[in-house]
Amino acid sequence: MMATSYNAKDEDGHITVSGPGTMRSKKPENTAFKQQRLPAWQPILTAWTVLPAFFIIGLIFIPIGIGLFVTSNNIKEFEVDYTGVDVSSPCFNCSQNYMWNSSRPCTCSIPFYLEQPYQSDVFMYYGLSNFYQNHRRYVKSRDDSQLNGDLVSLTKPSKECEPYATNENKPIAPCGAIANSMFNDTLELFYSDPNGTLIQIPLSTTGIAWWTDKHVKFRNPAGSNLTVAFQGTTKPVNWRRPVYELDADPENNGFINEDFIVWMRTAALPTFRKLYRIINKNNNMIPTLPQGNYTLEVVYNYPVRSFEGRKRMILSTISWMGGKNPFLGLAYISVGSVCFFLGVVLLLIHYRCGNQNNSQDISN
Amino acid sequence: MCFALQDVDIVKVPGWRPEVCCVGEMERLHWVQHRVRQLLVVDPGQGWYASPAAALPNKSSTEAHSLPHRGSGKRRKVLARHGPHQQDYKATSKSFKSNAIRTTKYSLLTFIPMNLFQQFHRIANLYFLFLVLLNWVPVVEAFQKEITMIPLLVVLTVIAFKDALEDYRRYRFDKKINKNVVQVFCGKQKAYIQQCWQDVHVGDFVRLSCNEIIPADMLLLYSSDPRGLCYIETANLDGETNLKQRQLVTDLPAQQGSELTPESFDCRIECENPNDDLSRFRGYMEHPSGVRVGLHNSNLLLRSCTIRNTETVVGIVVYAGHETKAMMNNSGPRYKRSRLEKRLNTDVLWCVLLLIIMCLTAAIGHGLWLNNLKDPVFQIEGETSPALAGFYVFWTMIIVLQVLIPISLYVSIEIVKLGQIYFIHNDIALYNQQLDSRIQCRALNITEDLGHIQYLFSDKTGTLTENKMVFRRCSIYGVEYPHEENGRRLEVYEAEQSESAARSVTLRSGCSGRSLSCARSSVSLHTLTAEQEEEEEEQLSNHSRTRTSAFCSRVAKEVIPDPELVRKLNCLSSVDGGSSAPPCSLELTHITDFFLALAICNSVVVSSPSQPRHEVPEARTPLKSLEEIKLMFQPFSFSPFSPLSALSPPQARGSPRGFTSRLFARAKNTTTQREEPGQESNLESSKLQPEVDSCCRAEGGAAGQTGEDMEEPKPGPDWSRQAAAEGLSRQTDSEEEELLYEAESPDEAALVHAAQAYRCSLRGRCAQSLLVELPGLGSLSVQLLHILPFDSDRKRMSVVVRHPLSGRVMVYTKGADSVIMDLTHTGKGTEGEQEICSHIKEQTQKHLDSYARDGLRTLCITKKVVTEEEYSLWLKEHLVAESSIENREELLLESAQRLESNLTLLGTTGIVDRLQEQVPETIEAMQGAGIKVWVLTGDKKETAINIAYACKLLRPNDKLLTASCPSKDSCAAYLEELRLALPSAEDSTTVTDGEQSSSSVLVIEGQTLAWALQEDLRSLFLELSCRCRAVLCCRSTPLQKSQVVRLVRDQLGVMTLAVGDGANDVSMIQAADVGIGISGQEGMQAVMSSDFAVSRFKHLGKLLLVHGHWCYSRLANMTLYFIYKNVMFVNLLFWYQFFCGFSGSVMTNSWVLILFNLLFTSVPPLIYGVLDRDTPAHTLLARPALYQASHTSKVYVSYMFWFTVLDAFYQSLVCFFMPYFALSGSDVGLLSFGSPINASALLIILLHQVIESHTLTWIHCLVLVLSAGSYFGFVLVFSLLCVSCSPPTNPTGVDTLHMAQPIFYLICALTTVTALLPRLFLRAVHNTIHSSAGLRSDHTDNLYSEEYHRRMQRWNQSQSRVNRLPVSSQNPGLEPDIA
Repeated sequence: MMATSYNAKDEDGHITVSGPGTMRSKKPENTAFKQQRLPAWQPILTAWTVLPAFFIIGLIFIPIGIGLFVTSNNIKEFEVDYTGVDVSSPCFNCSQNYMWNSSRPCTCSIPFYLEQPYQSDVFMYYGLSNFYQNHRRYVKSRDDSQLNGDLVSLTKPSKECEPYATNENKPIAPCGAIANSMFNDTLELFYSDPNGTLIQIPLSTTGIAWWTDKHVKFRNPAGSNLTVAFQGTTKPVNWRRPVYELDADPENNGFINEDFIVWMRTAALPTFRKLYRIINKNNNMIPTLPQGNYTLEVVYNYPVRSFEGRKRMILSTISWMGGKNPFLGLAYISVGSVCFFLGVVLLLIHYRCGNQNNSQDISN
Repeated sequence: MCFALQDVDIVKVPGWRPEVCCVGEMERLHWVQHRVRQLLVVDPGQGWYASPAAALPNKSSTEAHSLPHRGSGKRRKVLARHGPHQQDYKATSKSFKSNAIRTTKYSLLTFIPMNLFQQFHRIANLYFLFLVLLNWVPVVEAFQKEITMIPLLVVLTVIAFKDALEDYRRYRFDKKINKNVVQVFCGKQKAYIQQCWQDVHVGDFVRLSCNEIIPADMLLLYSSDPRGLCYIETANLDGETNLKQRQLVTDLPAQQGSELTPESFDCRIECENPNDDLSRFRGYMEHPSGVRVGLHNSNLLLRSCTIRNTETVVGIVVYAGHETKAMMNNSGPRYKRSRLEKRLNTDVLWCVLLLIIMCLTAAIGHGLWLNNLKDPVFQIEGETSPALAGFYVFWTMIIVLQVLIPISLYVSIEIVKLGQIYFIHNDIALYNQQLDSRIQCRALNITEDLGHIQYLFSDKTGTLTENKMVFRRCSIYGVEYPHEENGRRLEVYEAEQSESAARSVTLRSGCSGRSLSCARSSVSLHTLTAEQEEEEEEQLSNHSRTRTSAFCSRVAKEVIPDPELVRKLNCLSSVDGGSSAPPCSLELTHITDFFLALAICNSVVVSSPSQPRHEVPEARTPLKSLEEIKLMFQPFSFSPFSPLSALSPPQARGSPRGFTSRLFARAKNTTTQREEPGQESNLESSKLQPEVDSCCRAEGGAAGQTGEDMEEPKPGPDWSRQAAAEGLSRQTDSEEEELLYEAESPDEAALVHAAQAYRCSLRGRCAQSLLVELPGLGSLSVQLLHILPFDSDRKRMSVVVRHPLSGRVMVYTKGADSVIMDLTHTGKGTEGEQEICSHIKEQTQKHLDSYARDGLRTLCITKKVVTEEEYSLWLKEHLVAESSIENREELLLESAQRLESNLTLLGTTGIVDRLQEQVPETIEAMQGAGIKVWVLTGDKKETAINIAYACKLLRPNDKLLTASCPSKDSCAAYLEELRLALPSAEDSTTVTDGEQSSSSVLVIEGQTLAWALQEDLRSLFLELSCRCRAVLCCRSTPLQKSQVVRLVRDQLGVMTLAVGDGANDVSMIQAADVGIGISGQEGMQAVMSSDFAVSRFKHLGKLLLVHGHWCYSRLANMTLYFIYKNVMFVNLLFWYQFFCGFSGSVMTNSWVLILFNLLFTSVPPLIYGVLDRDTPAHTLLARPALYQASHTSKVYVSYMFWFTVLDAFYQSLVCFFMPYFALSGSDVGLLSFGSPINASALLIILLHQVIESHTLTWIHCLVLVLSAGSYFGFVLVFSLLCVSCSPPTNPTGVDTLHMAQPIFYLICALTTVTALLPRLFLRAVHNTIHSSAGLRSDHTDNLYSEEYHRRMQRWNQSQSRVNRLPVSSQNPGLEPDIA
C-alpha cells in the first residue's frame, strides 16, 4: 500500500546515464510524495457515508441535551429588580437623588418571598442591564500593571486611564474608567423569621473572585501598610473611600479586594450579573435559604438612570454547568433532533438516488 | 527610422529550411525590411551606412558622423588601455563601466531600505501599512500599536527573506562569472596574463582561444584564421547553436602575419553608446594616419558567446560589464496574470464592499446608540457628537475587520503556486529520458490557466512531429528508389535511441559545463523553487549537447541504402560493372551529382567527436585509379586532377593549426594542379578572388610543393571488391572516427547523412572549399565559390562550386518543389535529351506527389553547368550587388535568381519527419476534453492534411473543407458558402457529442488565411471555424499564426494555448494565454518565450488534463476557502458589535485575533491548495471529459463565491450566537465569552476544510492537528504567563479556567456541529445526486490503489518501448490501428 515501497529502478528498468564526472540525471525522484501518490483517505461524502455520523450525533446530542435541561431546571434562581423606576418601588426616592458622592447614604429595603428553599450554597449576584462594560474605550481604561502592584504605574498611570489617570495632580489608584465606575451599592439580606424577627443572613465576601485574579493578576503595591503603600495617590473621582479602605480585612483590601476584582473583570454583554456574595451552607439539615419572606436592604449609591439601566439582585444555586440556562439543553436537544431528522432524509435520498446511480452509467 | 537592416544578412547565416516560413526571425526581419524599403522610397535621401568591406574609408567616415542613431547622438571613444595614448585613455574611459557585473538588486547595506521600498509597491503591503498608520491615530486606535504591525512585519519578513535568498544566489552566480579568467594584455609585463573577468576594462586587449567564452563585447582585431574570420556560437544569447562568422576589422595597420602588438595600437575607436540591439553595431576606427574604417556588427564579438573553430582571437574591449549587449538584453521573468487571479480581484472587491458595508453599519449603529445615551458612566468622551464618534468608529472597524480583505491571500496564492510548480516540475511523467529533461515552468503564476484551456494551437513540425528529419527515399533521374529497408528500419526505432543519446551525452559532456547563460541573472521574484534557475541554465548548456546528439542521432545517421541505387553507384567505382547492366552514363552522372549536391549544398559544419568542430580527421587515401571515372565524365571536359592522397601524415599532424592549413594547402593544391592544363578561365576566376590566395599562400606554398611532386596512386582492387560485397556504408562508420554534422536545420543533416550512406560524405568545410569523399574517388577538395543562402522568398539555396572532376563551375540548387520545378529547363540540345528531360520531370513530379501524400517533406535537387563566361559575367554583377549600398537585398536576390535558372533536375528526396510518440492519443484526449485543436503550420497543404490524419486530428469520415482561394472576394464568398452549408455552432456541439459522427475540418491556406484575417472577413472566418471541429492552417507565416491566436483569444474570449518548438512559433506562443515551448531540435527561442517548456507533445496530455485540472480546482477551492475563512472569522467580530454599542470592541485577546489568520489557520489552506486531489490522475487521463466539466468555470466560481460567503455568514452566526445564548445573562467576562467562540471558530474552520478537501494524507492530518494544537497551546501558555501584558484584553487565567470547565466543551461541540451541519448535509446530498464519474473512480482508487500502482509501473515500462509507425503509409485514412 505504501507507495514508497517501490523505487525508480524496478519501475522502469532504466539505467541512469552517467557520463564522466558528475552527470546527475534530472529524472525526478519517483517517490510517492513527489509524484503525488501519497496514500490518502478520500472522504467521499455521500448520503450513505454521512448517514451514520448524523445518527450518531443525534444519539449523543439528545441525551446530553436532556441532561443539561434537567440540570438547568434543577437550578433555583431568584431575581429582584431594585432599580426603583416605578413610583411604587421602595427605591424610587433613592433613584431620583442621583449623586455619585452624596454624603447622605440613601437606603431602601425590598421585601420578597422565596417560594422554594435553597438547599446548597447560594450565590448572590448583582445584575446590571444596559451597562456597556464592553465599550471599547471603557474596556481599555485600566492599567493592569498598576493593579499588579507595579510601583511605577502606581504613580504614573498609563495613558489608557485618561481622563481618570490623575486627579488634582495626584495619580489615581486604581486609575481608569472601569475602576471609577465601580459598583458601590451595598446589599444585605434579612430573613423574616415566621416569628417576624429579621435575621441577617451572613454573606461571605471572599471566594467570589477568580483565584488567578486574586493571587496573580491583582497585587497590592509593596509596603508594610496599605495606607503607606498608596501614599501619594488619590482615590477615583466617584469613590467615597480610598482603595485601601475597601475592607477591614487586610487580605481583602486594596487592589485585591474581591468586589473590586470582580468589577474589574469586564462583562462581555451589556446585561450582565456579577457575583456579589456567597451564602455558604452551614448545616446539612437546614436549607441555606429556607422558604419564606426576606428583605433586601440596599444602600443605594449607584446611578443607572442616565443610561436607562436596571439593577437587580439575583440569588442562585449553581451546578456543574454554571447558572441556570435552559438554552444549552434545548439547543442540544433540537440540534440532535435535526441531525436525526436529516439522517432520515439522507436515508431516503440514498434509497432514492444512490441506488439508481450505482447502476447508471455516467454520461457527464 | 531606418537602421541596422543590412546587418541582418551578415549576422544571421540564415538557415536553409524547406518549409517556406520556418525561419521565423528571418521572416520578421524581411517584413521589417520590406517596411523600411517602403519608407526609403519616400525618403531616398537618407544616408545609408555601408558594409565595411565595400565602403571607402573617407566615405564611411563622413557617414559615420551622420549615423542615424536611435537614441542619443552620443558616442563613445575607445582607446587601447596600454597603448600609446595613456592620458587620453584615462580621460575617455572614466565613465565606462568595468566588466564586473552585479545583477543583485541589493547590497548588504541597502537591502533593508531598498527591499522595503520595493515591497511597498505592492498594494497589499500598502493596505497593511495604511492599517498600521490608522491604528496610530488615537481616536480610532483599535489594538495596541505593535499588534497591528505584526501582519505587516510577517509579510515583509517572509518576502524579504525570499528576496534575500534570491539575491544571494544571484550574488554567488555573479561572483562565479566575475571570477572567470581570461587572458588580458598587461601593459607592464607586455604580455597576456590571466585575469578575472571583472578586471577587464574597456580598451583592454583580450586573447581568447577556441571554446572560450567571450568576457565582454569586443572588436575582433586578430584571428588565427588566415582569412580573418572567427566563428562564434551564440547559444548562450539566443540558443542558436549554429556558428556565426565574425570578421576582422578591415585595414588594420599591422594585420598581416604576426599577432598584433597592443602597446603600439594607437587607433581610436569611436562607436555608438551601449544599447541592447544585438544585431546592430556601428562605429569607426581611426588610424593614426587619419584614415577611418567603418566598424560593423560583424566585427563585434558579443559577451557570453563562445569562440568556435578558431584557434586564437584577439580583440579590444569596447563595452564591458553591464554595458555589453548581452547584459542589456537581460529581461526579467514573464509575468502573466491568470484568469483566476483576475476573477479573484473582483471577489476581493466584493469583500471590500462587504467591509465597507459592515463598517458603515457599525458607524451608523454607534451614532444611533450614542444618541440615546445621556452621559453614562461607561462613556468616556462625552463631548464628541454621535456623528463624529460614528465616523471614528468607521475607521476603527476597518482596523478591527481588516482580515476580511484577503490580502494575505495573494501571498498564499504565490506560495501555493510555487508548490504546484514544484509538483509539476517533479512529475516523472513529464520527464524525458532521452533528453534527460524535465518540464520547465518559466511562468510561475498561471498554473491554473492550464486547467481551462479551450483552444489549442499547435505547430506541426517539431511539435507534433519529432523534427528528426530522416532520409526516407529518393528519386533520381526519374527513377524511384523506394528504400524499403530504410522504411522498415524507421518503424523500429525507439529502443536504440536512448542508447545513442546516452552515448553522445558522454561524448560531448566535456564541453557541457562551459556554457554560461547571461540571461539567467535576472531572477524571478518567485523563484523559491531552488533548482528552477540552475536547471534552466543547465538546460541551456545541455541543449547544445543534446541537440548535437539529436541531429546526429542514430536514426538519422544510419540510412540504409537502396540496393538498386547502390548497384548503380557501384558501377562508378568498379570497372567491371559485373552482373547487372550498367546504367547509362547520363544517369550515372545524375546520380553522382545528386549525391554531391546532397553533400555540399548546405551549410553544415563538420566536426569530429574527439575535437569538436576543430580538426578534421585525416583524409582517406583513395585507392582506385580514376581512369574509368574519367571515361564516365567524358561528356564534360575533364581535367586531370591529383588526389591529395600523399599529403604526408607527419605534416598533417604537425602544427596545431593543422586542419585549416592542410585544407587550404589542398585547396591551393587543386588550384595549381588545375592551372597546369592551362585553363584560362580558371586563372581568371582565381584572380577575382585575391583573398583566397592571400590567405592560402602562407601555408599553401609548402604543401603545394609536396602536392605537385606526388604521383598518382595505384588502384586498390581489394577495396572495390569489398565494397561491392558489403554495401557501402557500414564499414566506414565502424572503421573511422565518426563525423559530427552540425546543421542549422535537421533537414540538412538528414541529407548529408543520406549522402554519407552512399559513401559520398562531407568531410570538412572551410570558407573557400569543401572536402568531400566520393565513392571510389576518395577525398576531393571542392572549391566553393559561393553560397546563395536560403531565404523564404526564393525558397531555395544554392552553392556555386567548381566541380572537382570536371573543373567546371557548377551550381547546385535545392529547394521546394513548387519553385524548383518552374526553374528547370525542359531540355535543350538534342531531341533525345529534351525527351529525357521532360520524362524525368514528369516522373519526378509524380514521385513528388506521392511523397507529399505520404507526408514526406520533399526537396528537389538540381544542377546547372555554368560556362566560365557566364560565370564571370554573373560574378561581376554579383560583386556589384554585394557591395552596393542601397537595395543590396534586392540586388542580391536578383543576382541569385539570375543564376538559379534553367536548372537541370537531378531528382528529389523525401524526408520523413515522424510523429512523436502518443501524439494521436494526446490529440484525441484534448478533443475529448473539449479543447479545440488547431494546427498552424508552414507546410504544404498535402503534408499538413496527411499529418493531421496520422495524428487523428482528422478522422476518416470527416468532411474536409479546403479553403484556398485566388482572391479576397472569392474567399469571402467561399467562406460564406461554407458557413451556410455547416450546421450552426449550437447544432454542431450536439452533433460532436455523438461519437463517430462526421464533422467538418477546415483547411485553410496561407494566402486565404491572410484574407480571412482581415477586418471584414474575420467574424465570418471565426464563425465558420467555430462550427468546425478542427482547423488546419497551412503555409502560414509566423505573423499569421499569432494573428490567428490573437483573433480567437480576443474575439471569442476563450483561454488559448499555443505550442511550438521553433523561432517561427515565438509570436504565437507569446500571443496565447499559455505558451508552451517544445524544447526540441530548433533552438531555444520557443522555450525562452514560453511559459512552460516540455520536451514532447504527449506531455501536454498530463500537463493539461491532470496538472491543469488539479491546479485549477486546487486554487479555486483554496481561494474560496480562504475567503470563507476570513468572512466567517470577521463576522464573529461584527456580530459582537451589536452587543457593545458598535464601539469596535472585540471579545478576544488581540494577539489571538491577529495570529488567528496569520498562524493558526494559515497553513491548512496552503496544504489544501498544493496537495488536494479532487480526482485521481489516471481517471483524469482516462476521462478527458472531466476536464471540460471543470472548466465551465465562470458560473461555477461566481455562484460558489456567494454560496461560500453565505455559508460563512451562517457559520459565523451559529458560532457567535450559540455561545451568546448559552452565556447571556450570566456573569461571563469579555474574554471568557470570546474563548469558546474562538475555539469553536477554529474547529469549524479546520473541519470545514476536512469536509471540503477531497484527499486527506498524513500531511493534511499533521497540519490540521498542528494548527489546532498551536492555537490551544498558545492560548493556554499565554493565559498562564501573560500577567500584565496585552493590556486591555489581559488573558491571565481565562482560558486555563474555561478549558477546565465542561461547559466550554459543551458549547464548542454544539457550535461546531451546528455550524457544519448544513454544509455536510448539502455536500452529501449533492454528491449522492450528482454522483460524478470522478467520485466513482475515487472509490476504485481507494480499493485498487495497489492495482493502480502496478499499472503505472507497466505503463512506465512500456512507455520506453512503444514502437509505432506514426506516419501513414499509402492509405492515410486507414490508420486507426496506430492507437
